[in-house]
Amino acid sequence: MRSRPTGSVVVTGVSRFLGAHVAARLAADDRIGRVVGLDPHAPPAEFAHLLDGVEQVRGDAGSASTVIADLEAEAVVHLALATAPDPQHGGRAAMKEQNVIGTMHLLAACQQAPRLRKLVMRSSTAAYGASFRDPAVFTEDTEPREVPRGGFARDILDIEGYVRGFRRRRTDVTATVLRFAPFIGSSADTTLTRYFARPVVPTVLGRDPRLQFLHIDDALEIVHRSVVDDHAGTFNVAGAGVLSLSQAIRRAGRIPVPVLEPGLSAASNLVRNLGRSGYGLDQVDLFVHGRVVDTTKLVDEFGWSPRTTADAFDDFVAGHRGGAVLRREQLALAEQAILDGIRQARATVQEKA
Amino acid sequence: MTEESGRPDRPPRKSTRKATPRRAPAQKTNGATRRGSVPSTDFVVGEAASNGVAPAGPNGSGTASPNGDGPARAAAASGEPTADRHNGSAPAPLPPAVADQPGDVWDQRVAKGLAFLRRRLGGDYEVDEFGFDPELTDKVFLPMLRLLYRDWFRTEVFGVENLPANGSALVVGNHSGTVALDAIMLATAVNDRTPNRRHLRLLGADLVFRMPIVSELARKSGGTVACNPDAERLLRTGELVGVFPEGFKGVGKQYAQRYKLQRFGRGGFVSAALRTGTPIVPAAIVGAEEIYPMLADIKPLARLLGLPYFPVTPTFPWLGPLGMLPLPSKWLIEFSKPIPTAHLQDQADDPLVVFNLADQVRETIQQTLHTLLERRPDPFGR
Repeated sequence: MRSRPTGSVVVTGVSRFLGAHVAARLAADDRIGRVVGLDPHAPPAEFAHLLDGVEQVRGDAGSASTVIADLEAEAVVHLALATAPDPQHGGRAAMKEQNVIGTMHLLAACQQAPRLRKLVMRSSTAAYGASFRDPAVFTEDTEPREVPRGGFARDILDIEGYVRGFRRRRTDVTATVLRFAPFIGSSADTTLTRYFARPVVPTVLGRDPRLQFLHIDDALEIVHRSVVDDHAGTFNVAGAGVLSLSQAIRRAGRIPVPVLEPGLSAASNLVRNLGRSGYGLDQVDLFVHGRVVDTTKLVDEFGWSPRTTADAFDDFVAGHRGGAVLRREQLALAEQAILDGIRQARATVQEKA
Repeated sequence: MTEESGRPDRPPRKSTRKATPRRAPAQKTNGATRRGSVPSTDFVVGEAASNGVAPAGPNGSGTASPNGDGPARAAAASGEPTADRHNGSAPAPLPPAVADQPGDVWDQRVAKGLAFLRRRLGGDYEVDEFGFDPELTDKVFLPMLRLLYRDWFRTEVFGVENLPANGSALVVGNHSGTVALDAIMLATAVNDRTPNRRHLRLLGADLVFRMPIVSELARKSGGTVACNPDAERLLRTGELVGVFPEGFKGVGKQYAQRYKLQRFGRGGFVSAALRTGTPIVPAAIVGAEEIYPMLADIKPLARLLGLPYFPVTPTFPWLGPLGMLPLPSKWLIEFSKPIPTAHLQDQADDPLVVFNLADQVRETIQQTLHTLLERRPDPFGR
């Protein structure tokens, strides 16, 4: 019933956290024959030890066609997406090149691969865009009402368009598109985790967006399951439940600083122009509109649900306790101290009376 | 706990004298159209007992005089520490904190307030997928709104039994008043009068969610964007959903047009109810038209500000911020008999069925408005 790729699996983006970990997990799974990592960059030292069992091919997406053809790949896992422009590697232009042109090349190669049976694509819940008329909860068939301002979200819309085309042309390939909520967890290192790790956190004045997170380990699990089993379709992948931004900041013990929305957009542009990797308009959009998705389809199809948003965030908080300004224990202590103070004051007043 | 959920709103001393007779009819099983000036004694006693504080004993015997609520309330809400002292023996099973003064009402209140603050500051509460924060709504928003609802607008509510105790219903109301206070008051009325204190989940125009701060408050108090996916999702999970199909045509109409229902749009609310098989409860609201009587609409200014209208009322913008104060009109809200839709579930896409049902709802509300208006000859009467 289930078609397991016993041949070779190509994983793109192994120089990044997600790609390296997925490749390592697939290599450790003895149901899978050969795991090949495709990436133009060498993995940094922190991931190098993970990739012991993984054959590595240096090359950009342009060389994907030769690699996939030579290996007679049976499955392709496309994880090489840049979520934020990296000023050291060419900024936004290079990011778009990698995300959009890279995916085009890869899908073109996949279309020509006769033995290919499976394609697993990384996408994002940014595919739903950002609009004030959006429904509160997105299901997989919700169409974006407005094209978002952020670069990453625009890339995601393009990429998903290419996958739709690919599905039409290669109906024999099981294509799984995973729309991930923002990753979080004690080991994840993303724009969003760096944001929550600061002691003082800027927010948009008068907005308290609803957020959902996905624990990074659960993301690895879902990708792994998508490769090993057959799950055709597009799926929202997020932890159940919702945290509002203010609530998340309070749980992390940070201090929110509300900023006017145009100010935050301008600041994000300024930071980008100064060549620093800050948070872009993607983040500003998220912090104005929020984003909540329905994961019923995922849970039904995979028979497994990621840990809840609150649990995933708790894990992150536990890993970043150092930067907390206002901890829960301190709040509890303060509460007890004030209560005792009031009780004592009242007792003395009553004794005098 | 019972005390907290029972009446978290009562300002302890100020309202004892006046509020009681007014509240008494409000809590009766309704239908009666009496002007509640004679408080029913049995009710007053019941109220004191439901306060959850011990000394119902002496009063509970039924001998209470018309002002028999005096001692009960004094004991329940008094600030004098001496009263607390002799209270102390009765409710023994209390959370054993640092047991300084067990059973002390004020001690409990302080502890509860501090615990609430600690939970809020630590992010230790739940928010649903629409952003609804029940704790904040129950403890902060509703007590404030109840002042407006009870003391400012003197709202009387009829037909609460037409709202289901559990399960979903789509409450459809008439919209008026320049500022959509009627939606908020309807939600307050539903919460105040349903036995298990249900929340009405309001559907708002996207303009509401475009505005900063307003959008935040709307989501936290249980509102969401008026669109079919959200309405159906809420109805499927068994919520009470409130919708105003007139939209800005209703809120933004001029005073001369008062109590004339506007067009009901495309009937999207009907198809949401049909698809989920939810009964529709028409709600007629009288009183909101007079709070900001709109005499004129400065269209160019509205266009400049991106608003659907720019109102001129007898007080706004002449009196500046003071003109934002709603006029204290007398409010009547009546819920009519629910219109079942379960038998039409497969005809949700038939435009004729949808339009007919929308018309039926509209007619019901319009007729109820007329009967309510006869009952209230003076818009600013008691």
